[in-house]
This record gives sequence, structure tokens and C-alpha cells, in this order.
Amino acid sequence: MNFGKQLKEGLLTQNPVLVQVLGMCSTMAITTSMANGIGMGISVLIILTASNVVISAIRKVVPDKIRIAMFIVVIAGFVTCVDLLLQAFVPAIAASLGVFIPLIVVNCIILGRAESFSYKNGVVASFVDGICQGLGYTVVLLVMCFIRELLGAGTLAGFRIIPEQFPIGVLTLPVGGFLVLGFLIAAMQWALSKSKEGK
Amino acid sequence: MDQIYQLLAITLGAILANNFIFSQFLGICPFLGVSKKVDTAVGMGIAVTFVMGLASAITWLVNKFVLVQFGLEYMQTVAFILVIASLVQFIEMFLQKSMPSLYTALGVYLPLITTNCAVLGVALLNIQENYNFIESVVYGITGGIGFLLAIVLFASIRERLVFADYPKSFEGFPIALVTAGLMALAFMGFSGLSIW
Repeated sequence: MNFGKQLKEGLLTQNPVLVQVLGMCSTMAITTSMANGIGMGISVLIILTASNVVISAIRKVVPDKIRIAMFIVVIAGFVTCVDLLLQAFVPAIAASLGVFIPLIVVNCIILGRAESFSYKNGVVASFVDGICQGLGYTVVLLVMCFIRELLGAGTLAGFRIIPEQFPIGVLTLPVGGFLVLGFLIAAMQWALSKSKEGK
Repeated sequence: MDQIYQLLAITLGAILANNFIFSQFLGICPFLGVSKKVDTAVGMGIAVTFVMGLASAITWLVNKFVLVQFGLEYMQTVAFILVIASLVQFIEMFLQKSMPSLYTALGVYLPLITTNCAVLGVALLNIQENYNFIESVVYGITGGIGFLLAIVLFASIRERLVFADYPKSFEGFPIALVTAGLMALAFMGFSGLSIW
């Protein structure tokens, strides 16, 4: 078991958002405040880990032809659980994430990991992979939330940092999502190419 | 008459003011993935419009006559995604048999549509907004047209981008995202749009 390597892949070299460029819809749509980012990140982390474990556990009994349909059913089951839990315990976050919680079903990160990793690997490895990839996703969400909430709304997790008249309001609008993510991916490509040159 | 105004408002909203890509962030993956050439973008856009219209109709009926009837609203996500997946599979089989030319044109994009969040998104939004049957279908189709408009415009810009001179680390997705951001800024201009 190579936890360190998988963690490095999830966070940096194979980061689901910045390098594999998966799951863009939710990344751009909900990263307007830290609370949203934490809620979404943890939901995806839990669903990804759980569905990874289940899919790798049943991978040998499922015929190859219907595997995609089976992945979707497993994922949809967990998404429904998380959706109901969020509505029951943190209704405020559930309301602000809105339609993007049920939409985790079609989040390419989860289906992508099911197809490329957990369908081919054992239960423990898939569990670790789910946690690492989920963390990679959550970290990117939080970085985006940090930038967009601090510069766009002038607050951080609800507390005012920058006086009301200064923030760049456009960053909290859809435009900001595209621009901030574009610059983050560019920064990541730059860093990866630099580290390759270094070696 | 009110009904017609309502439908017109939905249409304009779905195509311009609340464009699925630029203001609701639904369907970004195919938007970025299949927009390198204008003709593939047109194919994808038409396929998505078609599936979104059909999916809105069927999921609305499923919700009204199966889920609500038996008190199973909490199964919405599971039921909808299954309906959409089988619908896409069915359309694929149907086109293959009866319209092979259209099938070869759309071929590659059809299976991709199952995981397009715009399709599941429109099904869920129809229920959330309490649209009736006709409004749901109109919202589905016009949402798809909005997607078509966005992806075709975006693909035309991306074809030109090949000749642009930008920093090396922006190659690929970053420059595409920045472009999309600027387009979203333009589409924001529609947000104040109201006819009556």
C-alpha cells in the first residue's frame, strides 16, 4: 500500500480538478463562500470514498457490459443518502448548494474514478484512492472559495475582512468562477512544468 | 394569454439571461470537451437539445405519475438518472436502426450525454420550479438551444485561438476557461432583460 504516493497524486500530480479537469460544473458553481465549499467538498469526499469501496467490492460479480449503469446506481444511492442527511442536519448549506447536491451523481470525478481505478483495484486501495482524490477536490474548492469570497465579497466564512466598498463584486458572479479556475489551472501547469525541469 | 407570456419568458430566460452554461454552470464538461471544432460542437448541441427536451417530458411524467403518486419523492435522483440513462441508450438504438446518417453524425456524443449535468439538471429544475408539463418541455428544449448557442459561439472563438499568442502555461484548458469567462461577462448583459 502506497498511501504517500496516492496522496501526492490526489493533491498534486493527478489532482482531479486542476490536472484531470473533471467535475468542473460544481467547482465553478458553488465556490462563492467557504461554507459552501466545505459542505460540497465533504459530501463529494464521502460519496467518492463510499462508492469506490462498494464498486471495488462488487467488481468481480458485475458483467462488463452493464458496469456503467451499475456505477451510476451505486453513486445515485449514496448521493440520495447524503442529500437527505444534509437537508436534515444543515438545511442552510443544503439550500445554498441546491441542485448541485443531486448533480453529484453525474460528477465526472466519481464516475471517472470508478471506471479508471476502483473497477480495477482492491477494496483497501480504492478506499485510500477515494480519500486522496476527494481531498484533492476539496482543497481546490477551498482555494477557489477563499479567493472568490475574500476578493469578491470581502468576507471570509461570513466575517468581513475587506470594507464593503472595495471588493471586486464580479468575482462572485459566474464570470469569476471561469476566470479564477482558469488562472488556477494555468498556475498548476506552470508549477508542474517547472518541477519537471528541475528534475 | 398569460400562459404564452410565461412560455416566452421561460424561453428567453433559458436561452439568454439564465443560459445553462454561462449563468447556471450546467453542462461544463461537454462544453469544454467537445468545443474544439465548430461542426462537432453543432452536433453535440443538437444532440443535447434533443435529449433535454425528451428527458424533461419523461421525467416530468415519471415524477407526477409514479414518484408523487406513491410518495417516493426521495428517490427522485435515482429514478431520474436511470430514466435518462435508458432514454439515451434507447435513442441510440432507435437512431442506429432508423436514421443511420444522423446516428453516425451524433454517434460519439450520444453516450456522453448521460453524464451531462445539464440533462439531469433540467429534470430537477423543472420539479423545483413547479413547472407544468408544457413549461417543462419548453424549458428543456430552450435550455438545450441555449447550450447549442453557447457551445457554437465558444467553438468558433476556440478555432481562432490557435493563432493567438498566449503564455505557455495557459495552453489548453486555462485559456479556454478565460475565454468562457469573458463570454459569460457578455452574457451577463442579458440578465437585466425583461420584456413586459
